[in-house]
Amino acid sequence: MSNTVGTEACLDTKALDEILGSIPDVGGDDLVPILQQVQKAYGYLPKPILMTVSERTGIAAARIFGVATFYEQFHLEPHGRHTVRCCRGTACHVRGGPGIIEAIKQALGVEPGETTEDMRFTFETVACLGTCFLAPVIMVNNDYFGNLNARKIKSILERYT
Amino acid sequence: MEGDTGMKEVSLEIDGKKVTVQEDTTILEASKGVGIDIPHLCYDPRVPPIGTCRLCLVQIEGQAGLSISCNTPVAEGMRVCTENEEIAAIRKTILELILSQHRVACTSCDQEGACKLQDYAYRYQADEARFGLPERRPTERNYTTKSEAILYDPDKCILCGLCVKYCEEVPMAEALTFAGMLDEMRVSTAFGTDLPESPCVLCGGCIAVCPSGAMVDRAAIGKGREKDLIKTRTVCAYCGVGCQLDLNVNPRTNKIVRVTSEPEYIPNRGNLCVKGKFGMDFVGHPDRLTTPLIKRNGKFEQASWEEAIKLIADRLGQIKSKTGPDSIAGLSSAKCTNEDNYVFQKFVRAAVGTNNVDHCARLCHASTVAGLARAFGSGAMTNSIDEIRNAECIFVIGSNTSEAHPVIALHIKEAAARNGAKLIVADPRDIELVRFAKLHLQQQPGTDVALVNAMMSVIINENLLDKDFVKARTENFEAMAEAVKEMTPEKAEKITTVPAEKIREAARIYAKAKTASIIFSMGITQHTTGTDNVLSLANLAMLTGNVGKESAGVNPLRGQNNVQGACDLGALPNVYPGYQSVEDPQIQAKFKKAWKTNLSGKSGLTVVEMIHAIEAGSVKALYMMGENPALSDPNLNRTRKALEKVDFLVSQEVFLSESAQFADVVLPSLCFAEKDGTFTNTERRIQRVRKALSPPGEARDDWQILCDVSTAMGYAMRYENASEIMDEIASVTPIYGGISFDRIEPVGLQWPCLDKDHPGTKYLHKGEFKRGKGKFHAVRFREPAETPDKKFPFILSTGRQLYQFHTGTLTRKSRAIDQKSPTGYVELHHEDAEKYSIGEGDFVEVSTRRGKVITKASVGSRVAKGWLFMPFHFAEGPANMLTNDALDPIAKIPEFKVCAAAIKKAEPDLER
Ligand code: SF4
Ligand code: SF4
Ligand code: SF4
Ligand code: FES
Ligand code: FES
Repeated sequence: MSNTVGTEACLDTKALDEILGSIPDVGGDDLVPILQQVQKAYGYLPKPILMTVSERTGIAAARIFGVATFYEQFHLEPHGRHTVRCCRGTACHVRGGPGIIEAIKQALGVEPGETTEDMRFTFETVACLGTCFLAPVIMVNNDYFGNLNARKIKSILERYT
Repeated sequence: MEGDTGMKEVSLEIDGKKVTVQEDTTILEASKGVGIDIPHLCYDPRVPPIGTCRLCLVQIEGQAGLSISCNTPVAEGMRVCTENEEIAAIRKTILELILSQHRVACTSCDQEGACKLQDYAYRYQADEARFGLPERRPTERNYTTKSEAILYDPDKCILCGLCVKYCEEVPMAEALTFAGMLDEMRVSTAFGTDLPESPCVLCGGCIAVCPSGAMVDRAAIGKGREKDLIKTRTVCAYCGVGCQLDLNVNPRTNKIVRVTSEPEYIPNRGNLCVKGKFGMDFVGHPDRLTTPLIKRNGKFEQASWEEAIKLIADRLGQIKSKTGPDSIAGLSSAKCTNEDNYVFQKFVRAAVGTNNVDHCARLCHASTVAGLARAFGSGAMTNSIDEIRNAECIFVIGSNTSEAHPVIALHIKEAAARNGAKLIVADPRDIELVRFAKLHLQQQPGTDVALVNAMMSVIINENLLDKDFVKARTENFEAMAEAVKEMTPEKAEKITTVPAEKIREAARIYAKAKTASIIFSMGITQHTTGTDNVLSLANLAMLTGNVGKESAGVNPLRGQNNVQGACDLGALPNVYPGYQSVEDPQIQAKFKKAWKTNLSGKSGLTVVEMIHAIEAGSVKALYMMGENPALSDPNLNRTRKALEKVDFLVSQEVFLSESAQFADVVLPSLCFAEKDGTFTNTERRIQRVRKALSPPGEARDDWQILCDVSTAMGYAMRYENASEIMDEIASVTPIYGGISFDRIEPVGLQWPCLDKDHPGTKYLHKGEFKRGKGKFHAVRFREPAETPDKKFPFILSTGRQLYQFHTGTLTRKSRAIDQKSPTGYVELHHEDAEKYSIGEGDFVEVSTRRGKVITKASVGSRVAKGWLFMPFHFAEGPANMLTNDALDPIAKIPEFKVCAAAIKKAEPDLER
């Protein structure tokens, strides 16, 4: 029934209060900036926080979810300190991309889309990193590593603590 | 807002045809008007254009490139070509691209034959493999995986966006969105929440607008494809909105496969609510009664029709000769057709010889009929549903329209959200409409008269009244003005808890609007002051000249599908069909002649009076047609005892309802889907009900059963069909004088419709009130019969919820509904919950002076502190065990809306 007070807040909403407080008369156009700030404050977009955004602003939860999943910049799951992005585009694929993905999985012990338990890495795969001439390619945070083979993976990852 | 008349007309040429339309019409719509069907996948007349599929491209002469016809408005002198070789080639390519994303599975798809994508692909001979076949994605769990109502298949989704748009624009539920990027994109709820837990209201609109087979009725899968089904257009059997819908029946299985509706249908424009869309499981339910039952030694035994009818005729005959016709009473039904109701009251009046006939309208709108008849001369909705959309101000009081009359709520929301209407909601609960309202007046239950009187005192004081109207068209103004004078907003604030300033603002908004429409329902009528409440609303409308014109008026929303018709056709103890008084000798003479028998000139008993008369021993037999007083009446314990006590009880029913179980004889009757006849909706529109499937077992039409019983009792009645009954109705009922099945075949007609040439009446009291002058009544605030005290500190109110209907006999048989609304509950404010240590979902015991029930707690802020709300549909937590049967002195309506109650935590009953 809709007669509930809301999702139980298991997260501190203080940061959210500040974000919403800083925007007078929140409307639909403010959604992307709000989500950016929420992500900055919480590291990702926690569901209870988004539900609270919906309740307080009257912007439908479905709409918020649509926006949050439309942009690559937003994460709905907790995010590691470092992001490993591995390309699964065509160029990388034919030059051994699948082996790289496999190697990262082995090294981190997680599937694409997941985060390591120690919150050190989040592993993602993307459609193309736009540097096909370097294929196969991975990106860690803002650094590119190209012309890879599976053996190089471990040492690359070790540089990020 | 400019009205329709402010719109310019433009002329253009489409494929060589001259067309004249209003200037804001799109090319696609203008083409439709002249029978040119431009292919489209993402257009629906009920939502703003989306313009993404590009299938509707047309060539406008003199313009480079092609234009999207679904979002390009017409212009004077425009010349449009809707198809040539170039366009056809582009359409083919677009379709091929779409098909490359769509898993073509026509061989196993239920939508085969009802799929726009398939139709167009065939029309343009599109090659589904030209751009490669889509990758089969593994079937992943999605938001509909657990839903009993809807199934969404992302592999068939062409991402046209119609479902998302519809959900946002029409029910305004905003349950859906597109989620994900690029090739991952799909329709979802927020966070992929399961549909039953999302804000979805199960209107089924997303299924209706889907141009492919991506969004379908879960229950229909495998039950028959489009070409196997026969569509029968009929009227929804639930609420008084009277939505037109199509029952899609598979003749091989004689089952309803799904329910659909079309945008051209009146009054619902193809929109439905959960009950009309998903609530039809009861029709072919295995629990349906199939043979007559006679109770012997406390047990029901199957019997033949001859045997059952003879027994009834004999017993009623004996009772009549022994204790007189007035010791027999009949309860007719607002679920049955007009024809059934007419025959029922004729049976009671002519064959039995008493006016003891009534039906459950007593329990919801008797005070409306009494109040409006006194003020205006006619007790029905003054205006039409469609007019609501153009009202400048809408004052909703005591109607949780979104739940009780969902499709009318769509009109209200559209008016407020899109057309700039100022919506004022006066309701003790924080109901859905509040989201769209300019003002929410949260009055204490039972204080409506104080609120409305205060509004009127403001209007008079600030000179906002319509003096010309008051002078020319009304009487008794001074007495009313005198009565409201004392009710200043400040005084009203003390009684109602609504801040005086808000009352002032409401009064000003209402009085200043050019057209202001009042909409009310059971929150107004189900009080011991019900008639007063209605009278004060009539006062308010007259004071500001808001009656007798379009988009204004006083509009009671009737509960049951045919409660309007049951009243119109005289299933009331004091009037014959057409509200003609049984005590008027001239009218009596007319009916004596028409029915060729003697008639009683004494008004009969009302529903609750019948129960009391059974207790007192003066009523010995009760004949019920499709009524369930054992769940719907106030003070259930007392009602059940009476049903047990009465010497002879007959029940004509589709199911062995709680009440039928008390009966001596039970006769199986037809439900709406098996009947021909008519229903009259809340806007007085008489609409055709059509037979869509064959009835179970030996079940028979209600009027046929009644004719046989009547004939067996010595008063012969015989009709060939329902149409013949309507002809007889028209001959004795002036307001239905021009009604016949031929005339109402296409869209129905609104009464009064006096003769064969009368066009029907869109809104009442134009130029003159039915009673001549409108009459103001001096109404003063009175307290409800029961107010909270130490022992019972809460105010308990009962009412409806969206997913269930009335006593639940019908809706509770739907799996889709049961999933969304499985059980009863009581709403309470979270501060009260804390005080009594009650948590969400806890079992609680709610008690009043009359009884107690165990139910689940729903904690939140929909109700204010200090009061409780319970829906009354659930037999396992029957709210009417608790309600007060104190009556309104005029209309004899019980006070369902207010009684004093207590609540405490209970041990869960493990059996439930
Ligand atoms: S059934 Fe109605 S409310 Fe539910 S998702 Fe579909 S359109 Fe929205
Ligand atoms: S489910 Fe149907 S209506 Fe919704 S986006 Fe997909 S194809 Fe369009
Ligand atoms: S609004 Fe009323 S008439 Fe329309 S579908 Fe729902 S229950 Fe049926
Ligand atoms: S395909 Fe890997 S970077 Fe473009
Ligand atoms: S119908 Fe016009 S773009 Fe889809």
